[in-house]
Amino acid sequence: MTQAISVENLSKRYELGALHQETQLRDQLVRLLRTPFGKRRTRETLWALSDVSFTVEQGEVVGIIGRNGAGKSTLLKILSKITYPTSGRVKARGRVAALLEVGAGFHEELTGRENIYLNGSIMGMRKREVDAKLEAIVEFSGLQRFVDTPIKRYSSGMRSRLGFAVAAHLDPDVLIVDEVLAVGDADFQKKCISAMHELRGGGRTVLFVSHNMSAVENLCSRGIWLAQGRVQLDGPAPKVIEAYMTSFAAAENASTALGSVGDRSGSGEVRFTRVEFRSSEGDLQTVTRAGRSIVIRMHYHANEPIIRPIFAVRFYTELGTLVTTTSTWLHGLDICPVPAGEGYIDLEIDSLNLMPGRYYLSLRLGTSVDQRTYDALEHAVYLDVEEAPIYGQSRRIDSRFGLVFFPQRWRLDGIGRSATDAAKRAADA
Amino acid sequence: MREWISELWRAREILYFLAWRDVIIRYKQAALGATWAVLQPLFTMLIFSFFFGRLAGIPSNGIPYPLFSYSALVLWMYFSVTLGHVGNSMVANSGLITKIYFPRILLPAAAALGGLLDLLTSSLLLVAMLVYYHVTPRWTALLTPIFVGQTVLLVMGLGMLLAALNVRYRDVKYTIPFMTQMGLFVTPIIYPVTFLPHRFQGWLALNPMTGVIEGFRACLFGGAVDWNVLTCSWVVTLLLLLAGGVHFRMTERVFADVV
Repeated sequence: MTQAISVENLSKRYELGALHQETQLRDQLVRLLRTPFGKRRTRETLWALSDVSFTVEQGEVVGIIGRNGAGKSTLLKILSKITYPTSGRVKARGRVAALLEVGAGFHEELTGRENIYLNGSIMGMRKREVDAKLEAIVEFSGLQRFVDTPIKRYSSGMRSRLGFAVAAHLDPDVLIVDEVLAVGDADFQKKCISAMHELRGGGRTVLFVSHNMSAVENLCSRGIWLAQGRVQLDGPAPKVIEAYMTSFAAAENASTALGSVGDRSGSGEVRFTRVEFRSSEGDLQTVTRAGRSIVIRMHYHANEPIIRPIFAVRFYTELGTLVTTTSTWLHGLDICPVPAGEGYIDLEIDSLNLMPGRYYLSLRLGTSVDQRTYDALEHAVYLDVEEAPIYGQSRRIDSRFGLVFFPQRWRLDGIGRSATDAAKRAADA
Repeated sequence: MREWISELWRAREILYFLAWRDVIIRYKQAALGATWAVLQPLFTMLIFSFFFGRLAGIPSNGIPYPLFSYSALVLWMYFSVTLGHVGNSMVANSGLITKIYFPRILLPAAAALGGLLDLLTSSLLLVAMLVYYHVTPRWTALLTPIFVGQTVLLVMGLGMLLAALNVRYRDVKYTIPFMTQMGLFVTPIIYPVTFLPHRFQGWLALNPMTGVIEGFRACLFGGAVDWNVLTCSWVVTLLLLLAGGVHFRMTERVFADVV
């Protein structure tokens, strides 16, 4: 086996001051005037990666996982030469293609066909190569009717299909993919995954970053878990994924304080502060049982009054598959203006029709006024659903039986009778 | 260095596609299309001819004033418009820079090459004007590409310097139009060099576009060439190209982090 990628003691430092300020010369002049003799403000620095080392053999498919801000994107950017490390070395053999964004470099005014040429060329294809593969690319994207339409008329799904179609025909030795499977419809996702399977079959080396744990588990033989810029765990994919998922929401989960949740975004005018799980009687509970009713109480703190808020909750499996989404907007609720200060909102679920297992909740608080998100917490808390006599029997039903179950009954009246018998009986009655 | 050059050679098709993109996009939704490349210098020439040629009576070395000013405007328009494109090329393509690796220098280079199509279009009118004014170009007209080439190098040198600075300081975006506006008056476009008092002529030679335009006109219409001015212009051009190239290469590593 030959090494396709080797990463040695890779570190990357960002100077926060340099990133966020002083892109105007004026700002520097103002600072100079304010403190002409003062020492230069020491800049805050952030180590996006520190001392990361690993090697990837040719033909390996490696999944890179970790929370937002763990350094995954920085690592990919360095591997694809977009940015340079502060220290350490990277070596990659053969043609490296990086897909950090599907359709990067697409131009709105150009047609699908023109964009295929532009994008293909920037990604490293020769014109002859694009000529030869054009038909296959168009067919893969399924956009035959639209190749001569400017892509400003495309939907975002169509755009990513076109982008992935180009990427799937790059024929690289090393493919670096960042989260592209998050877009597009289910059909297209399937196509992407099978395209990546083909790559794997072809002995290509693939590095794959995703939040979708089931995609990582399906595709990758090996997982690398990054946490705060360091390699936390490197090993067989299922093992790494399991360790990663259990690291979430390590706090007591009946009433989880949300101050320290890592994966958080939003503008922050309002923040969730705490989540509680209660029984319908109002008792705090740490676990619930399949089929029971439950109340999910979300506490928030508003720094300023907000109008037309939207509260949303998503349920995920341990592997990151979305089970269901609910929100006040989906329910058509028009919530009166929320005053500044503390408050909470309850989500009452009559019957939690989830198969036993651990489920992660993502919370989101936004507004319908300008589509803004005030607070978004990914996989903020988990809820353990215990085995229960779901169908009223003491049969053991666990997570192997799937994700959900429905309120249901089996009817046995038709056993041993033909459909005409049933019709005759109905006529007699 | 050798590695970089071989990388550039392998990426030459990207240069072509980027330049092609710039050109297509510029004209795709403009109803008059490539006519704009002619209209701008044409109207500028008409206004100059009226105010400076007719009313102010500025001499034009015995050449009809419209021809005198238009021949310079063809190059000057390329210089000023393209310098803007080149100077903004990194910021305008930040979406590309942060997502895909390719030799960064291709972006300013593509912008500089893309502008040549406009230059070609506006030159057609220059040829038409030569016919109209019964001016027979001399054999030296074949040498004009030298000065076009020099303008490209100048735009690249200055442009790379500005493009790299623009990534850090967005002030550059506002500086470029200002610079080219001023430049119009300190370049012998409206007037011949000899129109200035002698003591100012030396200073004018420091502007590399002075040599370019004087040389370009001399090739077309004949007349004495001041070799000192031409030499000075080439020296400044090459120094700017060196400075721009070195600065660009030194800072390109951080473009994706800062832009």
